[in-house]
Amino acid sequence: MSILVNKKTRLMVQGITGSEGSFHTRQIIEYGTNVVAGVTPGKGGSLFYDKVPVFNTCAEAVKATKANASVIFVPPAFALDAILEAADSGVEVIVTITEGIPTRDMIIVKNYLDDLNKSGVKVRMIGPNCPGIITPGECKIGIMPGFIHKPGRVGLISRSGTLTYEAVAQLTALGIGQSTCIGIGGDPIIGTTFTDAMKLYNEDKKTDAVVMIGEIGGNAEEECAEYVRKNVKKPVIGFIAGRTAPPGRRMGHAGAIIAGGKGTAAEKIKALKDAGIYVADSPADIGLTVKKALEKNKTKKKAKKSEKEAKKKEKKKKVQRT
Amino acid sequence: MKIHEYQAKDILKRYGVPVQDGVSIKSMTEFDNAISQLKSRGTNQFVVKSQIHAGGRGKGKVYNPNNRDVLILDGGVKFVTDVEKAREYANKILRNLLVTHQTGPDGKIVQTLFITEGLDYLKEFYVGILLDRSAGKNVIMASTEGGVEIEKVAAETPEKIIKEWVDPKVGFQMFQARRLAFGLGLSGEVFKNFVGFIKILYKAYEESDASLIEINPLAILNDNRVVALDAKITLDDNAMFRHKEYPALRDTNEEDPLEVEASKHSLNYVKLDGNVGCMVNGAGLAMATMDIIKLAGGEPANFLDVGGGASAETVENGFKIILSDPNVKAILVNIFGGIVRCDRVAGGIIEAAKNINIHVPLVVRLEGTNADIAQKMLDESGLNIISAKGFKDAAEKITKVLSN
Repeated sequence: MSILVNKKTRLMVQGITGSEGSFHTRQIIEYGTNVVAGVTPGKGGSLFYDKVPVFNTCAEAVKATKANASVIFVPPAFALDAILEAADSGVEVIVTITEGIPTRDMIIVKNYLDDLNKSGVKVRMIGPNCPGIITPGECKIGIMPGFIHKPGRVGLISRSGTLTYEAVAQLTALGIGQSTCIGIGGDPIIGTTFTDAMKLYNEDKKTDAVVMIGEIGGNAEEECAEYVRKNVKKPVIGFIAGRTAPPGRRMGHAGAIIAGGKGTAAEKIKALKDAGIYVADSPADIGLTVKKALEKNKTKKKAKKSEKEAKKKEKKKKVQRT
Repeated sequence: MKIHEYQAKDILKRYGVPVQDGVSIKSMTEFDNAISQLKSRGTNQFVVKSQIHAGGRGKGKVYNPNNRDVLILDGGVKFVTDVEKAREYANKILRNLLVTHQTGPDGKIVQTLFITEGLDYLKEFYVGILLDRSAGKNVIMASTEGGVEIEKVAAETPEKIIKEWVDPKVGFQMFQARRLAFGLGLSGEVFKNFVGFIKILYKAYEESDASLIEINPLAILNDNRVVALDAKITLDDNAMFRHKEYPALRDTNEEDPLEVEASKHSLNYVKLDGNVGCMVNGAGLAMATMDIIKLAGGEPANFLDVGGGASAETVENGFKIILSDPNVKAILVNIFGGIVRCDRVAGGIIEAAKNINIHVPLVVRLEGTNADIAQKMLDESGLNIISAKGFKDAAEKITKVLSN
C-alpha cells in the first residue's frame, strides 16, 4: 500500500504551462498519474497535452475536477501565493517542487498550514525544494525518474533529490520494492518533516521498514530518531550525508549548514544509533543495510512466532494432562 | 550572504536602529576625510575597526601578509582618543593579515576599515534574531552576557539567554519586547529605549529578509541610550529577487577565488582542503560523494553540485575549476541521471576532456537513464577515463588510483 498518494489521487498542476511545469507534467502523465487539471492564471479554457483542462484559479479547478492534490512548479517569487491558493482550494496534499523560496515566505506558509490543520482542515505540504512523492506503480507527483522505482513494502524519507534516487536504485537492484518515497526537501522550513512522514509510515500496515536519508543542518533527524525510539517497532534504516562537510558553509541546500557547532553528521548518526536505527556508514551500502535489517527482522519475527507456538503446545499439553 | 559590519549598520540605520556610527575607508587617503566627518558630528574619540567576515576581530592578531613571522599589531579593533593614534593603527591594519579564531590560521586581508565614533558605555548586552527551524518561527534572543560568544553562553549558562518566538500572523508584540527588557533587568529610561530598539530591530530583520541579525554587544550608554556597538547580518540568498541592492553588498575578497569563479558559471562549489575533486549532480549526492571519497582513503577537495542540467559547458567549467586546485590528485564524477540522460552527460565529459587537459586520473560513474549507452561512449572514446559501475565500485577505483 502507500501513504498520502495512490491510484485514487486526482492531481492538479499549478504552473502547468511554464517550461518546468509542462516538461514534468508530461512525465507525470506518462507514469500513469491521474492528472485532472492544470492552473495558470490567464490561460483558463485551454487544454494541456490535448487532454488536461487548464483553469485560471485553483478553486475553479477543484470545483470542476474534484482534484485532491496539487503540485507546484511556479517560480520562487510567486510560490507563497501559489501555495496559499492551493491550500485555500481544499486539496489535501500540496507538493512544492520550487527551489529558492525566501525563508520569510515559508514561515508564513508553515504557520498558515499548521493553523488550518488545527482548525480541522486536513492539508499537508511536501517540500519545497524537493523531488516530490511517489507511490510506485500508482502515482508519481514530482520530478523523480519513475523507472528506478518498484512497488513494494519499504518506505523512504529523504532531504535530498539525487541521493534519494541513488538509494531507491540500490533497493530496486536488490529486489526490494517501495511503498511510498517522499523527498521532504532541503530547505530550513519544510511542510512535512522526517517525524511527520515517519508517523505515517508507522501507521501504514503495508510498510514493513522505513529508510531515512538525512544530511547536516538543523535537528530534524534527531527529533525523528527520538520518535522512532519511543514509537516505531518496524526496522528503520538511516544514512546521514555530510560527514566531511566543513562548519559554517552552506552545502548546496539552503538548510544544509552546520551552525554554531550544531547540526553535524556525527551528532545525527549518534542520535540515530541510540534510537536503534540501522545506520549505513557508506552511501553505497544503503540498500544492503536495508536488506540485512529486513532479514534480521524476519528471523526475529520467526523466533517470536515459534516461541508463541511452543507456548501454545505447552499449554495444550498441560490441558491434556489435567 | 554574509556582509560587513559597516554594511549591516547601513541597513539598520535605514530603519532607524541606533548604531555606533562611522565612515568606511578602503585606503589611507580617505582617512582624514573620515575623521573630519566624525569630528563634525562632535566626536573626539574613535574606534578603528577591521572589516572582515569573521568574528573575534578585537582579540585577533595582525600580521604582515608576506611574512607571517612579523606580528604588526595585537587586536584588530582599536579604541583611541587622539587622531594620530587612530592613523597609526589604521596604517598598521589596512592591507595586512588579520587572524582570529574564526578565520582559521590563514586569516583574512583587511581591505576595509570602519572608523567609528568611540562611545562610553555602562553595560553590554547580547541581542540576536534568527530562524528557529523546528518551531518554524523567528526567535529573538537576549542575554545580559554581552561581548562574549553566544555559543559559549548557550553551552555554559543557557538560563542567561531569554527567548521570544514571533507569531507570523500578528508579528512581534510590545508585550514580548517588554518581557525581554524585564528579563534583562532593565528599568526607567533604559527600559523604554530598549523596547523601542528591539521593536525596530525586528522590523529591520524581517523587511530586509535577513536570516540572522546579531548585535553583540548592544551597549547601554552613560546617557541611557541603547546602541548597537557591533552588528552582524546574514541575508537570505533566496530573497535576493526582492532586494535589487543586495548583490552590490557582496565582497568577493572574502571568498575563495575559485568559489567566485564557480559562481560566475552558476556552479555550486565549495573549496575544501583534500586531494580528490568531485563533480556531482544534486547537493545530497554531492555530500555523499565527499563522504565516500573519505571512506575510500582520500580527502574531498571540494563540494560541487552541477545541478540538473549537467551540459557540456557546465561539465567543462566544473573540470576547469577543480583542476585549478593544485592539491587535486584525482577526480570522481558521480552523476545520477534521472530526467537528465547519462548519454548526454557522457557526451559533455568527452567534449570537455578533449578541450582541456585533464592531467589527473578521472573516475566516472554514471547511473540511471541510458547509463549503459553512456558507459559504452566513455569506453570507446579513447580517452583515459576509468569508468565505474555503481557507487561502491567508484569508491574502490578511487582507492586504487590514490595508491598508485
